[in-house]
Amino acid sequence: MKKLLELVLKMGGTGYQPVFGGNLPPKIATSQRPVPSKGHFQSLPLGRRSVLRALTGALAGALTLSLSRKAKAAVQKMLVSSHTPKGYDPTKHKWLMAIDVDRCIGCGLCVEACKTENAVPVGPNYFRTWIERYVITRPEPGSGEMRGETLVDSPNGGMHGFPPSLVPKEQILKSFYVPKLCNLCEHSPCSQVCPVGATFDTPDGAVLVDPKYCIGCGFCIQACPYGCRFMNPVTKTAEKCSLCYHRITRGLKPACVEVCPTEARVFGDLKNPVANDPIHRFIEKNKAAQSLKPHLGTAPRVLYAELDKEVR
Amino acid sequence: MNHNLTNSIVDILPRVEGFAYPNEATVHPLWSVLIVVYPYVTGLVAGAFIMASLVRVFNVRALEPVYRLSLLTSLAFLLCAPMPLLLHLGHPERCFEIMITPHLSSPMAMFGFVYAWYLMAVLLLELWFDYRSDFVGWSRAQAGLRGVIYRAFTLGVHDVSEPALRLDARMGRIISIVGIPSAFLLHGYVGFIFGSIKANPWWGNVLMPIIFIFSAIVSGMALCVFIYMVLSWARRVPASTDCLDTMGKFLFFALVIDAAIESLDWIHRLYSADESIHILKSLAAGRLFYTLLVGQAFFGTLVPLLLLGAVQLFRRRLTESARHWIYFIGSVLILVGVLSMRWNVVIGGQLFSKSLRGFMDYKLEFAGHEGWLLSLALLALPFVLLGVFIKLFLPLASAQTAQAQQS
Repeated sequence: MKKLLELVLKMGGTGYQPVFGGNLPPKIATSQRPVPSKGHFQSLPLGRRSVLRALTGALAGALTLSLSRKAKAAVQKMLVSSHTPKGYDPTKHKWLMAIDVDRCIGCGLCVEACKTENAVPVGPNYFRTWIERYVITRPEPGSGEMRGETLVDSPNGGMHGFPPSLVPKEQILKSFYVPKLCNLCEHSPCSQVCPVGATFDTPDGAVLVDPKYCIGCGFCIQACPYGCRFMNPVTKTAEKCSLCYHRITRGLKPACVEVCPTEARVFGDLKNPVANDPIHRFIEKNKAAQSLKPHLGTAPRVLYAELDKEVR
Repeated sequence: MNHNLTNSIVDILPRVEGFAYPNEATVHPLWSVLIVVYPYVTGLVAGAFIMASLVRVFNVRALEPVYRLSLLTSLAFLLCAPMPLLLHLGHPERCFEIMITPHLSSPMAMFGFVYAWYLMAVLLLELWFDYRSDFVGWSRAQAGLRGVIYRAFTLGVHDVSEPALRLDARMGRIISIVGIPSAFLLHGYVGFIFGSIKANPWWGNVLMPIIFIFSAIVSGMALCVFIYMVLSWARRVPASTDCLDTMGKFLFFALVIDAAIESLDWIHRLYSADESIHILKSLAAGRLFYTLLVGQAFFGTLVPLLLLGAVQLFRRRLTESARHWIYFIGSVLILVGVLSMRWNVVIGGQLFSKSLRGFMDYKLEFAGHEGWLLSLALLALPFVLLGVFIKLFLPLASAQTAQAQQS
């Protein structure tokens, strides 16, 4: 080790003298003041002892790091459970949200319920859940195309329903509504990029934000491929669908599921099947249910039945 | 409220062409002009340091007149680098969480480590070893506040014996060698912050860190040329043509590599033509036309390439003052070009929806948190700081000695 260090030092060479401002004024060079020679530099140790000391330091640092990570995980678990009722064990549940696109009528009750339940800021740019309307037109006759244009809109997140489409009825090939929300990714890019760990995955499948810890950098919002996050203008922290964590941990359904008049939104616990469970019925019935943007490898846990290829 | 009325108001409010997810259609992009300034400033830090290490590590003697100047430039910009980030945070008071409890899977969490390492272990240390003997000398020659400052900077080490000076030089070189990969790390990680976002096809790109590193080197070198020339003019001392020629040569080669990698990026995008290519093409030809095609590609890359390339080919036929002017104009164009490159990356990536179905608008404001005035002030701040550094650490007397030695 010492030889290696010496070699590195030798590589350094001594030929170089700085020029720009590197010369001492002559007055000083002839100064009569005694130059205190403490021998600092000759005795700068690069011996075995100092190397060992450095290595020990690095090792101690690495150990502390892993310890601190463990401590952080424990604190996180405590944080998760601190807002949940006593006796709720997140490891004993696995929540899943499923959406039947064909059933959604675009009434917007879910959006309104979500805003009310979670005190989501009023305004057209703040949604934990929203509805998109897709209108796919018929192709021009003789164009050789299967479909025409795909027009998408979501006025005010679809909270107050949708005005009649500007496309005349006879030109519409297909039209449908797609409710959107946090995709509860198994490999969530938002929690991966959070620089402080304020966003985290819970063992029961939710992705949560700790607003008391979030620094408001917005990295998670950039990293979410689905546009599900926004910066809360009041708290200045990132916000998203929490799957109504305060409700589901008490045995209730998320607000959007609760108010949906057509059962387009289905919610359930994969680990605790009950008789005639809607989520299991959904899975049984829609074996080809898809998720959004599967090519990104985020493995979303929100399933869509009857999803059109145009939906992104 | 009347539903039709709300819907029609909502139709007018967000400036969106096509469709964007409702959360995306905000008035400002989430990362605004402050985040444009941040990678620009860190890039200048890394580039100026690489310029200095050409002298120390690769023994390019001709560049010695700018060695200390580039190190001080690097330091001035590094000290200002965290400010735009800090000002942009929703909760700046929680900024230390990044360093105290970093989430290790986040590239942004590396900021604390990389920044601290670069500032403490590389830049300050290299400057200190380089300046140590001068500090000892100046602290004796100068009285008053200046003397106190220099004395404080000696950190109590007054040994200027021959072996001590030799050790200074050796340490400086070792730190320089360590500094080169550190400079790459400093800016490569900034590129990685963007390059790692797979949600955004404009950013998520494996070449992004490399593009950032090379554009950083180019911009940092251009900055050194610019500052060296301005400083010489201000002090009414002739700038060393030999030094400028060498800087121009390195700048040209770095620019060739930078332009090649950025072209490769575009060729790859156009050829592989994934689902995002249509929207990216309309982005480049529409909302980014002036900053990307005109600012970055034409004035920021092509014109400087031709100018600096012409000097390489016809050096003997050009007079010294013509060459000086070419270097000056070339470096200013490059500085503006790289700034527009940062704009194109940061703002461009937020001008289209991740649904790939529409565009958002961005109108830059004058005042306020997201206004360009603040960003301009943040860009000017390192120059002010550098002015102080030059006054303190690059006195005219020693500059003239350097000139004398050069000639």
